[in-house]
Amino acid sequence: MGKFRLITKGLVKENPTFVLLLGMCPTLATTTSALNGMGMGLATMFVLVLSNMAISATAPYIPDKVRIPSYIVIIAAFVTVLQFIMQAYTPAMYETLGLFIPLIVVNCIVLGRAEAFANKNSVVDSACDGLGIGLGFTMSLTILGLVREILGSGSAFGFKFIEGDGILAFVLAPGAFLALAYLIVIFRKITKMN
Amino acid sequence: MVLSLGIICLVSSGILAVVYALTKKPIEAAAEKKTNDAIMQVLPAFDGQPERLSIEADGKVYEYYQVMKDGNVSGYAITAAATGFGGPVSLMVGVTSEGIVYNTSVLSQSETPGLGAKCTEPSFADQFKNLDPAVTRLAVKKDGGDIDAITASTITSRAYVNAVNNALAIFKAITEGGDPEVASGTSTASDQATETCPAETESASTEE
Amino acid sequence: MEYLIILVSAIFVNNILLAQFLGCCPFLGVSNKLSTAVGMSGAVCFVITLATLVTYLLQYYVLVPLHIEFMQTISFILVIAALVQMVEIILKKISPSLYQALGIFLPLITTNCAVLGIALIVVTKEFTFGEDPHMLNLVESVVYAFASSLGFGLAMILFAGLREQIALNKVPKPFKGIPIALVTASILAMAFMGFSGMVK
Repeated sequence: MGKFRLITKGLVKENPTFVLLLGMCPTLATTTSALNGMGMGLATMFVLVLSNMAISATAPYIPDKVRIPSYIVIIAAFVTVLQFIMQAYTPAMYETLGLFIPLIVVNCIVLGRAEAFANKNSVVDSACDGLGIGLGFTMSLTILGLVREILGSGSAFGFKFIEGDGILAFVLAPGAFLALAYLIVIFRKITKMN
Repeated sequence: MVLSLGIICLVSSGILAVVYALTKKPIEAAAEKKTNDAIMQVLPAFDGQPERLSIEADGKVYEYYQVMKDGNVSGYAITAAATGFGGPVSLMVGVTSEGIVYNTSVLSQSETPGLGAKCTEPSFADQFKNLDPAVTRLAVKKDGGDIDAITASTITSRAYVNAVNNALAIFKAITEGGDPEVASGTSTASDQATETCPAETESASTEE
Repeated sequence: MEYLIILVSAIFVNNILLAQFLGCCPFLGVSNKLSTAVGMSGAVCFVITLATLVTYLLQYYVLVPLHIEFMQTISFILVIAALVQMVEIILKKISPSLYQALGIFLPLITTNCAVLGIALIVVTKEFTFGEDPHMLNLVESVVYAFASSLGFGLAMILFAGLREQIALNKVPKPFKGIPIALVTASILAMAFMGFSGMVK
């Protein structure tokens, strides 16, 4: 598979949110606005690319029995590195995303890619795979965040274009489930047409 | 087997320790910048650096920052918190030496986005600009005060007001050296359910 | 009284699944059948309470005194993984029937973000529960963790019951599977919003 295909497959064919339905907790919780969704997506992508590379490089030396704990330790290390970097350089975003930054450790996407791809492919391929899936995740979260922000607060990427309140339910929990449900349906319809 | 897991743990902790050491300074700088920005925002221009002090009242220690202008103490930036809807609402309240609330800034809050989280927006927060507690009654209108509550977010609004009141109590303690009466963190919202004000269309489900 | 407030607020008002979105993967993944939902909830209840107890002690008696709080995420997840493994082995030995009921869910729990989420929340977030904002003590933490996991169980079992009924009906094709489940979850979350404001 070419490197380009590796990167683009995460956007549509193996989109982690709309097709594989992985990593639902951050997807639902952090998408109250487009920017928050994008921040969460990029943070996950950072961990995904680095952990994929590290796991791909170390996989041949790790005994099969302690495979999963080793992966978890590697992922947790990168997540903590990410926490430090965000605290230092993007403290506002770190505070908004809060608990869901350390929870990237248990995001099924990251461990899933380690197990399904990184441990049997080369470092470069694994990096591309991480980048592709990460981009797909970022895209989905940004779209979901955008939809919820437009409906919920009448703004897009922080720019308000409708005065007054939006449909508050879309910022709150019920709207998260509902918006995601309809986006999956729309995504299914569009990809079927192609 | 155990060996390789051990090595991975060791290497990971090593990397973490290094990154921790590298980012420690920027993290502290970021936190300091946040506090300083908040102080600058809530107080009129001052000379030099704010001085960090603390005062003990009710057996609790409160932190505040004292700033100087032309050799005199010109104001205090006081951190105060009260219980909101989703947790504590923590504010930096700037009080000038005359006892006037110059401005407020939200340090942290976990209120519902779109409802209580609006307390950071100017439409609500600007009510606390240049506020003289002797003139303006510091309570939401529902409780007989002069502050307009955020629509459908009375509990958050009350928390904000309570936090400002707490800051003023601490200010009193600082200037008079007496024992401040810091209101309890909980807002007195017990009578809320029985209050039905037809003018305000607040549904119970979205009430904050 | 305070413990009652913690219970009500964690189970109904701030339901871990429907208000905080922790543990959505098992919520959507293993809620097809009521029986599996019950099993999963039981296992989660057990692990969350135990894990919070251990990580709380770890945080305040190891990480803080040694000034290595930066190892929090990595040590918590390791403790949880080890704990789940241990629970599995012990259950197998002392209660094979319980192991049969919960066994298959245990490996899934390590990556359930509700477990790590609650463990992190109790040591990082200030709570109020009708008093001044404060960090939770050990007993409060464990009660909060237990109550949250009960909330998880409640939402999970309600949701599985609803999904079993929906499976019997005709659903438009693009909505089959997860989308209709999400719509159901949305309505359930709306119902739980009715509890908000009950406890401050």
